[in-house]
Amino acid sequence: MPVTDVRKNLDDRTLTIVADFAAPVQRVWEIYADPRQLEKVWGPPEYPATFVEHDLTPGGRVTYFMTGPEGEKFAGYWEIVAVDEPTRLSFLDGFADEKFNPNTDLPVSRNDYTFVEHDGGTRATYVSTYESADALQQVLDMGVVEGASSAIGQIDELLAS
Amino acid sequence: MQPVGCMFEPVNGDGEDEADALFHALADRTRRDILRRVLAGEQSVSALAAKYEMSFAAVQKHVAVLEKAGLLTKRRSGREQLASGDVEAVRSVASMLLELEQVWRGRIARIDELIATDSAVEG
Repeated sequence: MPVTDVRKNLDDRTLTIVADFAAPVQRVWEIYADPRQLEKVWGPPEYPATFVEHDLTPGGRVTYFMTGPEGEKFAGYWEIVAVDEPTRLSFLDGFADEKFNPNTDLPVSRNDYTFVEHDGGTRATYVSTYESADALQQVLDMGVVEGASSAIGQIDELLAS
Repeated sequence: MQPVGCMFEPVNGDGEDEADALFHALADRTRRDILRRVLAGEQSVSALAAKYEMSFAAVQKHVAVLEKAGLLTKRRSGREQLASGDVEAVRSVASMLLELEQVWRGRIARIDELIATDSAVEG
């Protein structure tokens, strides 16, 4: 199991996940630098992602959409804050309309990724921060969830019925 | 969702215990199944126990874990214990973060698979 640590801070709504990969830092970085590789990992199998724009420079934009089982599309964008290849990537992740204009009614999360060499492989630390509990709820309601396979998703369906 | 060992950022006092209980409660398949049933409507513990191939005492233990986590409430009616799900608790920030954790675990598993494909090709 590559995930070695999960930390949740309920007070500032931060999720931190640490994972160890059996590959050099440069290899892990390439996944984020190459939109074709990124789309293999970003969306769950039920919601595959397609990346459209991909400018990994400070101030640059990355745009993508995820396609659901019924053909429904969820578009999103990243606004790149900081890039320090191959060890650090910071960006804001938000929702967009079908033309990739940011949807300002929906919350934006701040994401900080770091990759460092560890035991001959790479230790990746992913930190996602949401500004409020409402923001977190909205993000999950938008279907950015691990499909209907997650147990919590099934609970949500029950609550909605 | 696999049972996971979660480590927590120190949060203040009771908050940490609550979160701990919540994640522990949701990390078990049977407990998630019990929770789904009691969220749909109040059920007697004996009726719940009849749904599983395990002893009444074992089901009762699962119900107690869910109750301790605040996800389920129990009341007595004659000789019956009736359990119902607490919708508010299920939708708490903690459960939302747990859901987000699943998204991340999925991504990390896919990165791991992608990297493993490289070595298979090279090897």
